[in-house]
Amino acid sequence: MTRRTGVFVCHCGKNIAATVNVKKVAQELAKDEGVFFSEDYVYMCSDPGQGAVIDAIKKNNLDGMVISCCSPNLHEKTFRDASELGGLNGFQCEIANIREQCAWVHKDIGKATEKALKITRAAIKRVQRNQPLEPIGVPVTRRALVVGGGIAGIQAALDLTDAGLDVILVEKQATIGGNMIKLSETFPTLDCSQCILSPKMVAVSKNPKIRLMTQSEVESVSGFVGNFRVRIKTKAQYVDPEQCKICDDCTAVCPVAVPNQFDQGLTNRRAIYIPFAQAIPASFNLDEEACLGLNPVVCGKCEEVCEAGAIDYDRKPTVTEEDVGAIIVATGFDLYGMDKLGEYGAGRYKDVLDGLQFERLCSASGATGGHVLRPSDHRVPKEVVFIQCSGSRDPENHCAYCSKICCMYTAKHATLYKHHVPDGQAYIFYIDIRSGGKGYEEFVQRTMENDGVVYLRGRVSKVYQKDGKLRVLGVDTLTGTNVEIDADMVVLAQAMQPSKGTAEIAKTLKIGRDKDGFLAEAHPKLKPVESVTAGIYLAGAAQGPKDIPETVSQASAAAGKVIALLSKAELAHSPAVARVREPWCTGCEMCVDACPFEAIELVAGKARVNEVLCEGCGSCSGVCVRSAIDVKNVTQLQIHEMISAILA
Amino acid sequence: MSDPSQEPQKFEPRIVAFLCKWCSSAGSDLAGVSRLQYSPNATPITIPCSGSVSPLYILSAFNKGADGVLVSGCHPGDCHYMEGNYLARRKLYLVKELLQFVGLEPDRFRMSWVSAAEGAKFAQVVDGFVKDIRTLGPQNRLRR
Repeated sequence: MTRRTGVFVCHCGKNIAATVNVKKVAQELAKDEGVFFSEDYVYMCSDPGQGAVIDAIKKNNLDGMVISCCSPNLHEKTFRDASELGGLNGFQCEIANIREQCAWVHKDIGKATEKALKITRAAIKRVQRNQPLEPIGVPVTRRALVVGGGIAGIQAALDLTDAGLDVILVEKQATIGGNMIKLSETFPTLDCSQCILSPKMVAVSKNPKIRLMTQSEVESVSGFVGNFRVRIKTKAQYVDPEQCKICDDCTAVCPVAVPNQFDQGLTNRRAIYIPFAQAIPASFNLDEEACLGLNPVVCGKCEEVCEAGAIDYDRKPTVTEEDVGAIIVATGFDLYGMDKLGEYGAGRYKDVLDGLQFERLCSASGATGGHVLRPSDHRVPKEVVFIQCSGSRDPENHCAYCSKICCMYTAKHATLYKHHVPDGQAYIFYIDIRSGGKGYEEFVQRTMENDGVVYLRGRVSKVYQKDGKLRVLGVDTLTGTNVEIDADMVVLAQAMQPSKGTAEIAKTLKIGRDKDGFLAEAHPKLKPVESVTAGIYLAGAAQGPKDIPETVSQASAAAGKVIALLSKAELAHSPAVARVREPWCTGCEMCVDACPFEAIELVAGKARVNEVLCEGCGSCSGVCVRSAIDVKNVTQLQIHEMISAILA
Repeated sequence: MSDPSQEPQKFEPRIVAFLCKWCSSAGSDLAGVSRLQYSPNATPITIPCSGSVSPLYILSAFNKGADGVLVSGCHPGDCHYMEGNYLARRKLYLVKELLQFVGLEPDRFRMSWVSAAEGAKFAQVVDGFVKDIRTLGPQNRLRR
């Protein structure tokens, strides 16, 4: 226990001093046991304020310091650094928050002063039992894992290799490219998605520093920042990508037809298939669920015709273990399910399309070779209704959030439609137009003015089939009239939601998700690419709805964070970790079960903490019936003394 | 201060509030930044996680004369440490049962979920709790 504690009470200009009698607090505390020095000052965080801390420590040989000021989130680091300069270990400096938790929320000076005294006394009690701590040094594996091979994952992987790091890029599908490669053109410049993404995909495949693992998923992760060990499961590679010559002889003989996901089910493909001609890796794949011939007695036709001998039905799934220092999660988005949008006839009528299906209709590599045709009868649709906010901004029935990109992609869809069908008419139902972004508002204006698209402010109540048309019942709230449109096609601008595997990968990696299921960033403003788990970063639409430029920025930002992290030889881990007092430990294993990080194990009948895995949450000390395990500097004894100080 | 011999002193509840560092303490900071006014009767102790609150802390506070004890953590599912608040919920529910068993009004102990974005909720939680404790009066059952 320390005996020479110093206290500074900050006025924060008038912020604290207006409601707390700071002079009285400082004078009262000077009389407390163990307090050797107690003063007030107008701005503690200023240069003279910090200087006073340094001087006070040096002059009085203080062994503990309490700064009674604003929230520790603001200046804990400031005053710990100042303490270090004075020769006191930073962990022997504590903050008493008398601004946010006291001065700003009370008016009665007497009561606020009394509460400020309690808060500060509790901090004094705590600091008197604080130990000097040193950050724990951890070695680093200079290699990164990127999960998800869409534009976010691709950008991050390429940036990482630019810094000389090795990368493992894991993708669940048979090709990289994600959702972006399905797009026809991209707003607001209308450059073709293939033309801007394919070169990056090729760059990935040709980069010797990237190990690309498609049809693979992260099965488990152990370890900690700088030293993760990941297990990656890869589906059986029935077609050897090294030997496949992409000659297409196999598809000619395959008797199976299943919906083609790349065309969003608008076309069929064979059980042996290449997702699209420019796929990376450039190889055919065998869909084991659709194939008849994994038992060669039944089929086996593709193997017979494959001259390269690339097909082997006896391949098995493989599991690879790799060590990486950091992880970027970029698992992307799915569109909000058509099955949940029955009011718009989704899933019931062939000519009610989702946003990505419409992309595939417009795309030169798509289902119709770039002609906008109705899936039901292959006729050119002359009137098309686009419905924005399909599933978004509707907290009662669907998602509460704004999906951010739908205003823009609907304007793009309407423009593309007019380019394909110049004599056609497009209608857009919208709630509000949100077109923030470089050149975005101008794009929407062009859609309205040059392409004669009719924007109707209001919701659609129902879509049903009548006389070969889709009757759309809606309302135009600006004129206050009901609207009925007999459309040939309806296109829904569905909300983005986290991709199907996101919940699972979040659980595997132990990173949080927000209320809508998107991956949670560590701080909404100041740590937008960090997850709450050190060493794991987020990029792209898995973290929240965003467009391509934002996704690319976030991916580069995440890569930058990883590069900074892995540029160090050793990492510093917080030393405020759990510690066992062995004589009290009975080996009951309550703490082992309570630890969310698997940081405690039983060694020779006693709990032992892996200090590098421990995050210092204290779940262990909260369950220990013998109080044998504690987090350093927040021990049970310290808490009891803080309680006494408050209730004295 | 009025002289207690002259008139009965108004009861001012003494409450200890355990706030987790990541959500509820940050929520109380937001209440401060938003200048929301609430009762000064609850004194905060910031702890790493609601899961770290030992039942002993609660008993110790009542022992030392607290009229009420509040534990506030992240919303279920939002714990910074993934599952600490689930642990707190399971464990502290039993504490409430125990308090009732030993004859203390269970309303003297309260748990709440306040996120870093819920400054207003934090103020409401404290005011609501202080009001309820005022109704219950001073706690003498476990006081040493």
